[in-house]
Amino acid sequence: MVYVVIIFLWTAILLYILLGGADFGAGIIELFTSRANRPRMRKKMYEAIGPVWEANHMWLIIVIVILFVGFPKIYTTVSIYLHIPLVCMLMGIIARGTAFVFRNYDAVKDDMQKVYTPIFVISSVVTPFFLGIIAASAVSGQIDLQAKDFLSAYVFSWLSWFSVTVGIFTVTICAYLANVFIIGEAENEQDRQLFTRKARRTIFVVMAAGGLVFLAAHSEGIPLLNWIFSDVPGIIALIMATISLVITFVLLNRNKPIILRLLAGFQVTMILFAATYSHFPDIILLKGGDNLSLLTHQGQFKTIETLGYALLIGSIFIIPALVYLIYSFQQKKGNTEAH
Amino acid sequence: MDDFLAARLQMAFSLGFHIVFSCIGMVMPFFMCTAHYLWLKRKKAVYLDVTKAWSKGVAIFFATGAVSGTVLSFELGLLWPKFMEHAGPIFGMPFSLEGTAFFIEAIALGFYLYGWNRFHPWFHWFTGVIVGISGLLSGILVVAANAWMNSPAGFDFVNGQYLNIDPMKAMFNEAWFSQALHMCVAAFVSTGFAVAGVHALMILKGKNVNFHRKAFQIAAIFGTVAACLQPISGDISAKDVAKRQPAKLAAMEAHFHTEKGAGLIIGGIPDTATKTVKYALEIPKALSFMATGDFNAEVKGLDQFAKKDQPPVVVVHYAFQIMVGLGMAMLGLAVIYFIALIKKKGWAESKWMLKLFVIATPMGFLALEAGWTVTEVGRQPWIIYGVMRTADAVTPMPGIAYSFYLFTAVYISLAIIVSLLLFRQITMVDKLYDSSTDKKIQ
Repeated sequence: MVYVVIIFLWTAILLYILLGGADFGAGIIELFTSRANRPRMRKKMYEAIGPVWEANHMWLIIVIVILFVGFPKIYTTVSIYLHIPLVCMLMGIIARGTAFVFRNYDAVKDDMQKVYTPIFVISSVVTPFFLGIIAASAVSGQIDLQAKDFLSAYVFSWLSWFSVTVGIFTVTICAYLANVFIIGEAENEQDRQLFTRKARRTIFVVMAAGGLVFLAAHSEGIPLLNWIFSDVPGIIALIMATISLVITFVLLNRNKPIILRLLAGFQVTMILFAATYSHFPDIILLKGGDNLSLLTHQGQFKTIETLGYALLIGSIFIIPALVYLIYSFQQKKGNTEAH
Repeated sequence: MDDFLAARLQMAFSLGFHIVFSCIGMVMPFFMCTAHYLWLKRKKAVYLDVTKAWSKGVAIFFATGAVSGTVLSFELGLLWPKFMEHAGPIFGMPFSLEGTAFFIEAIALGFYLYGWNRFHPWFHWFTGVIVGISGLLSGILVVAANAWMNSPAGFDFVNGQYLNIDPMKAMFNEAWFSQALHMCVAAFVSTGFAVAGVHALMILKGKNVNFHRKAFQIAAIFGTVAACLQPISGDISAKDVAKRQPAKLAAMEAHFHTEKGAGLIIGGIPDTATKTVKYALEIPKALSFMATGDFNAEVKGLDQFAKKDQPPVVVVHYAFQIMVGLGMAMLGLAVIYFIALIKKKGWAESKWMLKLFVIATPMGFLALEAGWTVTEVGRQPWIIYGVMRTADAVTPMPGIAYSFYLFTAVYISLAIIVSLLLFRQITMVDKLYDSSTDKKIQ
């Protein structure tokens, strides 16, 4: 049953990056859109993510609940040593979640919008940035359980070039997902061209940010290349991601929005797979090599068993409803104003 | 400020904030669906307007409740890692189910808010009902998790080890039913009176009277029915606490000395040094009856507990008095309103009745916060009653005071923005909706 729980954990992380990431990206590309195009971009994005907005957020809650119920030692280690980036991410989540609703539900559209919009945009960058930092800190062996002073226990556990570059990489991934997603929302040729241009540029930015991650890993002695290229599945994942990226690039000009979305989703899935596969079942790599593993640090049998059943039963309700939600709003485009 | 105090204050603040928003987010959908039902049945445009106006409130409160709830799920670990390390696997079951309920609520809300004219009208209405039901369920589940802290079950505590974990037993602990019942009814009371009060004020101001009158009626009826049920659930809770957490009951009542046929103390100033309560009104033997159903039964006083195991008496006593006092005031108003509805139709439309409701606007939420103070402070010094002390659970990270200041600032600004938003929603009613007449739409 522990494997069922782990699959749910991994899938929830992936879906948070894909679906949550796409809507973080909405805020990020708003930041990088010229003032003239912003209202159009914003309207399209809102139409696309409005109905699924609240649901996207739930994946993170599922991740947290699985961790504290099933793998409490892992949850508490992260909570203690990554306290500061977690608080920063939470600030982003609070600011974003509320600013989005406030700006769309305020009865009067006036100068308050000038308050909501920057909050929404900035927190859209801050949240995935710290999410990336947290993920990188978990696997880069920065957390030192023996640390005695404040800085080495609670600051250098997450602050490093490697973490920062992964943070930036996460932000670019979100922008990429959002850009590819919005192409399919374009209703006229002019919009489609605009969004396609932006998507193409983001691909280069993602690749550049990915390069930075490797450089930072190399300079800090993190064997990132080793992790990815030591296993056949890791290599295959990376090759598949690269091929699909090339296909994406070629297809950007053709009008194939659904295929583009699937390809972008596939690439991110492969990146996450390559990044996690070589460590499995370890999830937190500690300084000194004493790692926390999902298998040895799982909760007691009965806990994992009931958690597994709860997740299975929950997904029977959630998945069809979510699929129908996304399907029905994709089917009947237009007029997505919330009344 | 020391880290332990800062952590407790941050948790108290976060919970206190979340409770208000989640209660409104949990109860408002029922008001909204009632108005929606009346629209579908009677086809009067004003009900559609009320439904849409309320649905915006639901969206705002759901979003704020959702983010503050997410923050709490992180804060449990950020502030109390030692507690979560042991408690997580035991009391996590209601949280995992709550995740599902909350998820369904979010999906249903997506259908509801964006589904106007897209689905069959009754399917659309039904998704609103699902929002309400799943919200209520997640409330019940979260309270069941809190109840476990008051009434730990589903594990054996042997030599500091938590063995033989049974998550289902932990979820259905002895306190879950009475706490969840009391909480859910309280959510209906507080939201009902708050919403009714706001609309009553608008009627008194003479703006869009037809719109606000319809809204007022729905909210007031929900609130008053709940207010009349609340004493029953309060009685169940009191008997439950007396049995399970006698120290908490003793602190609630400032009952310093164990005695048979104990009197019920109302008001008064407890003095912990002399172990007396000054200026209090005492009803003979009533506490014994309330706690056990027998006028002559013995009720344990604080003298039965070591000093280090006693909750802070003064805070718990005052909080309890405030909760009960406000509850009684709302019950009184509820009874008057019922008489107005059944016998004296003129009363229901009268200014004094509306004014009473305006005065009662904040009462429910004040009572709710006071009630949570009783539950949480009354459990101290334990985080898991009788098993783990709160002081042993706090994070080793120093500097929590800064985190407390940060979160407090964020919550205060959120509260201000949400209030502003609601104020604008309410004052814009006449611009957004035309509900001056009871016109019908075919």
